[in-house]
Amino acid sequence: MLGLNSRDFRLFLIVCALCLFAPIILNPFPVASSLGESFNAGYPALMQRFVIFGLLVIGFNILFGLTGYLSFGHAAFLGVGSFAAVWMFKLLSYNVVPAIILSVIVAGLFSVVIGYVALRRSGIYFSILTLAFAQMMYSIAFSDLVGKLFGTIVTNGETGLQVYNDDPQILLGQGDPTVPHLFGLEMNSAYTWKIGGWEFVFQNGYYLSALFMVLGFYLSIRIFRSPFGMMLRAIKSNQTRMSYTGLDTKPYMLAAFVISGMYAGLAGGLLAAMDPLTGAERMFWTASGEIVVMAILGGVGTLVGPVLGAGVIKYLENIVSKINDSILHNWFAFMPDWMDNLLVTIIHPFIGKGWHLTLGLLFMAVVIFLPGGLMQLGEKFTALFRRKKTDDAKTGATNPAE
Amino acid sequence: MDAFILQILNGLDKGSAYALIALGLTLIFGTLGVVNFAHGALFMIGAFCAVTMQRILNLSSTVIDETQKDFLGNPLKVEVPYVESWFGEAAGAAIQDWSVPLSILLVIPVMLLVGWAMERGLIKHFYKRPHADQILVTFGLAIVIGEIIKAFFGANPIQTPMPSAFIGTVDLGAWMGFDPGSVAYPTWRLIYFFFSAIIIAAVFAFLQFTTFGMVVRAGMADRETVGMLGIDIDRRFTLMFGLAAAVAGLAGAMYTPILSPHYNIGMDFLVLSFVVVVVGGMGSLPGAVLAGFLLGILQSFASMNEVKALIPGIDQIIIYLVAIIILLTRPRGLMGRKGVMEE
Amino acid sequence: MSNNNFSRRGVLKTGAVTAGGLMLPTYLRADAHAGYTNAPGDTVKIGFNVPQTGAYAEEGLDELRAQELAVEHLNGIGDGGMLNTFSEKNLDGTGILGKKVEFVTGDTQTKSDVARASAQSMIQKDGVIMVNGGSSSGVAIAVQGLCQEAGIIFMAGLTHSNDTTGKDKKANGFRHFFNGYMSGAALGPILEQEYGTDRNAYHLTADYTWGWTQQESMQASTEAIGWNTTETVLTPVGAGDFSSYIAPVLNSGADTLILNHYGGDMVNSITQATQFGLKDKQVNGKDFKIIVPLFSELMAAGAGSNIEGVFGSMNWNWQLQDEGTQAFVKSFGEKYGRPPSGSAHTCYVQTLLYADAVTRAGTFNPCGVVEALEDFEFDGMGNGPTFYRGADHQCFKDVLVMKGVPSASGSDNMVGYDTVEIVEVTPRAQVEYAPDHPMFAGGDLGECNPGA
Repeated sequence: MLGLNSRDFRLFLIVCALCLFAPIILNPFPVASSLGESFNAGYPALMQRFVIFGLLVIGFNILFGLTGYLSFGHAAFLGVGSFAAVWMFKLLSYNVVPAIILSVIVAGLFSVVIGYVALRRSGIYFSILTLAFAQMMYSIAFSDLVGKLFGTIVTNGETGLQVYNDDPQILLGQGDPTVPHLFGLEMNSAYTWKIGGWEFVFQNGYYLSALFMVLGFYLSIRIFRSPFGMMLRAIKSNQTRMSYTGLDTKPYMLAAFVISGMYAGLAGGLLAAMDPLTGAERMFWTASGEIVVMAILGGVGTLVGPVLGAGVIKYLENIVSKINDSILHNWFAFMPDWMDNLLVTIIHPFIGKGWHLTLGLLFMAVVIFLPGGLMQLGEKFTALFRRKKTDDAKTGATNPAE
Repeated sequence: MDAFILQILNGLDKGSAYALIALGLTLIFGTLGVVNFAHGALFMIGAFCAVTMQRILNLSSTVIDETQKDFLGNPLKVEVPYVESWFGEAAGAAIQDWSVPLSILLVIPVMLLVGWAMERGLIKHFYKRPHADQILVTFGLAIVIGEIIKAFFGANPIQTPMPSAFIGTVDLGAWMGFDPGSVAYPTWRLIYFFFSAIIIAAVFAFLQFTTFGMVVRAGMADRETVGMLGIDIDRRFTLMFGLAAAVAGLAGAMYTPILSPHYNIGMDFLVLSFVVVVVGGMGSLPGAVLAGFLLGILQSFASMNEVKALIPGIDQIIIYLVAIIILLTRPRGLMGRKGVMEE
Repeated sequence: MSNNNFSRRGVLKTGAVTAGGLMLPTYLRADAHAGYTNAPGDTVKIGFNVPQTGAYAEEGLDELRAQELAVEHLNGIGDGGMLNTFSEKNLDGTGILGKKVEFVTGDTQTKSDVARASAQSMIQKDGVIMVNGGSSSGVAIAVQGLCQEAGIIFMAGLTHSNDTTGKDKKANGFRHFFNGYMSGAALGPILEQEYGTDRNAYHLTADYTWGWTQQESMQASTEAIGWNTTETVLTPVGAGDFSSYIAPVLNSGADTLILNHYGGDMVNSITQATQFGLKDKQVNGKDFKIIVPLFSELMAAGAGSNIEGVFGSMNWNWQLQDEGTQAFVKSFGEKYGRPPSGSAHTCYVQTLLYADAVTRAGTFNPCGVVEALEDFEFDGMGNGPTFYRGADHQCFKDVLVMKGVPSASGSDNMVGYDTVEIVEVTPRAQVEYAPDHPMFAGGDLGECNPGA
């Protein structure tokens, strides 16, 4: 269906359903419970980040997963996408449509130029070239060197670019919303559904981002299964041999690079559409490194892995970093004091200000025990499940073909 | 002219730090084929060895002095360092004063041990794995090391002064025939430069003139053949890792008076050292040293007011700009060999 | 698609339950009845958004300590600290408006994006009514904008840029900390008195918003006392090695170096400047001098003895002798075994001031709180009589001029705390300026936003 084989279609449906019901799935605990206070992740800002960073890493995976070219400067495209979007808000109006369109175009242009140059080298030389371009763009944005050159503000340096009341906003009509909106549909308005002790928040902005992620996911499946995707994989397995067959691999590589750059630009535009402020730090090398890490953590070259990796890292960053000792004491309040204190002492280094430690240990554990990333965990479970099924099949009835 | 000479000195000084880190990184690349994102963390461990040495020498017995009050009005706790009570006040103070150079005694065994443990415990299992996995696992390790250091020493930069004998400047201007005082350069920075030069020379001599070094160089060129000759290359590579760690650690420890160490200092150096290594050419030790000094000097020149007036902000992007230009004109960096890390 | 296991009946049942749920009358915004975002229930929650990882982690932790202390005092635990010396007597240790105070913490990492994510999570998930803290102007401005849109109160922590209450001011945001202009205005007369009117100043400035406004302010105030500005050089943030920026100072003819740096940059640049022998130098027959306009205890600790003889300014210091300061230092010191830092004081005071403003307004509605805080005069929180100006939400109070000195106690734990001493308490009148002063011009406070 939709040009997908049945396995891919099922995967696609699952992702759609997860996106649709995320506000419910991510809020499994009642709001007032101590588990809910600590572990519920179903609030709009975080859900937006899940899907937007998911989209970003899906795009990154088209380049890295298919061609094996490791770009270490992908955050630069995210950054220019965001800057383009905020400038649209400043100049036109708060409507997100022009902002998102321009963010994709600008990121596409940047990736054509950078890709054209960087793809002349391969391996780690390519990685360092992309890193160098991204770091230059970061420095230029952080100190607003372009703005200084022209005596104006382009990126507004470290403070970040935001919309002021005295900006032109030439398309802003009387009574238009003064927050990002889609033809009047405000991104930050939400409906809260209260049932029992639970609260589920359905926000416009989240669903717009999720829609883009689902579309991006669909496109990535199509690319993975297309002749173009096959070609990229062939380049990955042996570029020299591909060249010997008389094929010019560069246009294919460049296409992959630009597509993945445009994904990043779209993600940047969406970030700005959800929250109309952007800063240069979005382009710093650690941000690029985070994208790489998300992809590897989830499982490079798999379809869903990148989304999973993005989700896990954003969850740690936003949830684990907020757990503090007094919350821990709340959890263990039912225990005897000495046990409570002991447990808090043991857990203390890994939460709150120590969430980086948890992150580092997680990276190591995943690479050591799950070489295929978190996706491998899923596969192991499925394999376990499948084996049982085949055992059943052996005992009797024939298994219907899929 | 004097400004020019000062910037060359600055460049050599910066460059010697870059070169030392890049040297170790290249040893690991070249011999083991591992992308080590924890190399900055090794530099940091070295720096914190100096801090630890300072702390050890400052270990004190506490005496409560009833005549003095602390900020809350309670009796003041006076701390008397053990070294002072053992060796007498003057000698004790002198030993404390020399804590940074003395920390070399701590750095070498600690770093060899850290390097050995890292290679045997973790890196060994990643020789055959994709570079992406190596990056993730060493990056994770770098974070963990950083957090452990933070748990012990806090996040604030820690002041680790040089021995008081080296405080002050050397008036190079007088030697070179300029006005006295016009080229005054900090003594410690000169020492750091000479120290690096000695380490670099020692590493090269070691690889050039010992059998061990010869085997390692052969292994860098063609690991399989050397293995087939029945030489236990693995054991030697473990030692190489320890050596690379020690070089990074020494670079870190001796740099502490210039740059107060904090737990994130390794990350600050990480990206830069990778750029240096790649510009030098993957797997080339002379390339790494050359690129280190080249980038250090160029960065210093780009920071001059005259240059900045011409191109504002050039000092912030020069390293990356040069890296791009070199990689586009010389496909494998300055001195890289074909086929290393190109897949 | 052949092995679907769920039955048609099951689907129908689930559908019916979902539909029933949707029809419940609770299908409305949680707080629509209160008229403002995150109206508190039985307890009131405030968010402490501070850097817990990254370069300013120590400062963030100190802010966190102070905020926890403030919550204890509001809830009637401990000795009450500044509640006993505060000129308003509305707070009685029963929480705020009878509601017990709870808090959540978050990590800003000193990155605007992360700080906003963390603040959003506090607002959307934890339902906080106020966000407090932070350790950088970029972050403060970013979070201030967010809180304005979300309709809750923001009280900035350590933010010294003129822009926070200048061109980026917001109606829902307040700043207790002083700013670059005030540092310049306070330092000017002391520099004139100590170093005379004939000096050539060389500025090294961190290349970002705070650095720029700091340099502008210092340049204005030193030129006003007759000094000449030799050169202003921008340095990249986190440069680490500043040697190539310091070396040109040697032969530039300047006799004063002004380091518009903060944090790790300040620690490194002052250490390296000292190593280049600048402090022992003589230029034009005058001793070479270094000035660091913004001091903090933790940076002074990092700089160690290099800070000796260097002038700077501070918002507040624990060595002040007024009643309020002493009460705060006592309760903080007894709980944590060390004196509080300046940013800890700011965060502590802001928490109490917020609580007091709510009590006076009789509501948690941000617009009520804004009204209660605007043009509010009080005393007893350190710094003498203090004024929250309504026009730009900047706080005006006495500013401290500090000088680095050798440690008085000789104790390692006190480095940074007793290696700076108060030279002068500059009276409030001297650091005041008009809301439309050119350095603060532009920007628009806007209307207070109560959110929902």
